Amino acid sequence: MTLDGFDSERSARITSVDWAALAEDESKRLQALGVDEGAEVAIMHRGIFGTRDPIALRLGNMTIAIRRAHAAAITVEAV
Amino acid sequence: MSRKYTAALVGNPNSGKSALFNALTGARQKIANYAGVTVERKAGRLILPSGEPVELLDLPGSYSFDAASPDEAVTRDVVKGTFDGEAVPDVLVIVIDAANLEQHLVFAQEVLELGRPTVVALNMVDLAERDGLTLDPAALSEALGVPVVPTVAVRRRGISELLAAIAEAETHADEEAHKRWHLTLPERRLSAKHIARGTILSKSTRHSIENGVDKVLLNPWIGPVILFGLLFIIFQAVFAWATPFADALEGGVGILSEATTDLVPAGIVRDFLTEGVLEGVGSVVVFLPQIVILFAFILIMEASGYMARAAFLMDRLMAGVGLSGKSFIPLLSSFACAIPGIMATRSISDPKDRLTTILIAPLMTCSARLPVYAVIIAAVIPRTTIGPGIGLQGLVLFALYVAGIVGAMVVALVLRSTVTKGAASGFIMELPRYQLPRLKDLAIGLWQRAWVFLRRAGTIIFVATIALWVLLSFPKADPGESQLDASFAGAVADALHPVLEPVGFNREMSLALVPAIAAREVAVSALATTYAVDAEDEDVAAEGVTEKIAALWSLPTALAFLAWFVFAPQCLSTIAVARRETNGWKWPTVMVVYLFALAWLAAGATHWIAVSLGL
Repeated sequence: MTLDGFDSERSARITSVDWAALAEDESKRLQALGVDEGAEVAIMHRGIFGTRDPIALRLGNMTIAIRRAHAAAITVEAV
Repeated sequence: MSRKYTAALVGNPNSGKSALFNALTGARQKIANYAGVTVERKAGRLILPSGEPVELLDLPGSYSFDAASPDEAVTRDVVKGTFDGEAVPDVLVIVIDAANLEQHLVFAQEVLELGRPTVVALNMVDLAERDGLTLDPAALSEALGVPVVPTVAVRRRGISELLAAIAEAETHADEEAHKRWHLTLPERRLSAKHIARGTILSKSTRHSIENGVDKVLLNPWIGPVILFGLLFIIFQAVFAWATPFADALEGGVGILSEATTDLVPAGIVRDFLTEGVLEGVGSVVVFLPQIVILFAFILIMEASGYMARAAFLMDRLMAGVGLSGKSFIPLLSSFACAIPGIMATRSISDPKDRLTTILIAPLMTCSARLPVYAVIIAAVIPRTTIGPGIGLQGLVLFALYVAGIVGAMVVALVLRSTVTKGAASGFIMELPRYQLPRLKDLAIGLWQRAWVFLRRAGTIIFVATIALWVLLSFPKADPGESQLDASFAGAVADALHPVLEPVGFNREMSLALVPAIAAREVAVSALATTYAVDAEDEDVAAEGVTEKIAALWSLPTALAFLAWFVFAPQCLSTIAVARRETNGWKWPTVMVVYLFALAWLAAGATHWIAVSLGL
């Protein structure tokens, strides 16, 4: 299942990321931040309005804001 | 030993690098640009225990040498010594957030691979302790093979130890670099995990405060309410608190002008000094109090970590027009003045996003429009109330602000699907940890912003106002003839008038627009001059001119004039700054053309609709 549909405040392990679906500099930025295969993340907050975009991820000791479109390219499994 | 050594701070964004830079260099800082790019170059001087001065560079925060933004490219090239015109730093100081070792060690290892003399500052150890972490700096130092100094930049803890370590590293500056084995990103991440594990002695399960605070501030319902409440307070402050200071500055310019009048004999030179230099530059400098107040709020929002949350909350709205939450900060600044707003776009990494934001920044109602709005509204809109506490005049003013914002959104949407077309920009941003801003860092930041603004007023704006003064002052009028009529500017106005007449402007209005190109609020005094109101001061002139306008202008004409000012690029300095930030005349030209076209259409539509409604 992809990260955008995953429950909030539940740990998930990233099993794969569809880098081809993302722009090159976005891929670079996400990898630099540690959003990559094997990382454990949890959705902590979701944005306003109907689309609930963007989302705030917890990764280690960091909070990272990404768009739902990015989360849709990230496949996760429950930990 | 005559060689002057240099050092550079490198580290991830949000590692407390700037606070450490302030602690090491104090107020001895110089801000400029790196040659050929609009990336800020911050340099200062630190004094080693031996008394030897070292130039310290604060490199832009970076996640990786595999740069994803122009800022990161500068950091990489300077550190590797491949940046033209920058000497490679003799000592590198890697700044690491002690509470975020696993992440910050990834980039730190990449820097260490270069094998340059390096010191690691294990910064913000107090916040790590707050989160329940106990760290072993000696273990970290052993794992990395370089000295590690625990610091708390904001409390000056560990600063003298760090200086001693820099002095020691400097003695190896002239040795050959011992390049280390290159690791790939996954390898570095794995090794960062191991090193972090070895450094963390104990970890209590205490939760960081971020999650709890963010539950409120990022709440889909409460979050926006708090943000807009804060924005409301900021606007109140910018417009109310700044007034006494602006009046004092204006008074000061007046005193200088009088002194000049007394000292310099009447003639061209005196006119040049008083009407050209003092009035021109003075009309821009009076915005300094508003800019300082606005930046005080912006710096507090940034230093506390709230600004990234504001960007998070605004992202959805901005995404609707093809931008991202990162454009929110520059656009907010533009409500005081588009000049600092356009300069603030440097924080937007996506070039097309940045360009779009620069192009729409002039549509945010800057404070220079306020005097024009105030005079015209007072003249033609009745002082009636249309509900409890809601005056018609205030409502019109509010509508003008909204018109600017809506205009900007529509323009952004159009630009993103035409000239700045490209993939929808993303929004990837670290939300930093909350921190109490420190007064000294705030003061240094404010001083720097104010100085950059004043320097601009002293150069670009100075030249622009002088050029305009020449246009307005020559050729000299015959006795009995108005100077404005006789001048080159008058001739320009005559040429303009046929274009402006269809949208309801009279000749006086066309004439007033010419000097208003230097600064919008000059339109008021220009109108006053044309209506032969005998007053030098803008406020006094405003009183006289209000009555004249009330008597002479029809309502559709006055409304058209207001609509014009919502869109018209009536400010040479903004155009000059846009040229500098986009490295050429192409985009400023696009900006000027589209803004004039919009202004003309808006004024015309307002006029025609008002006339057909029988107003």
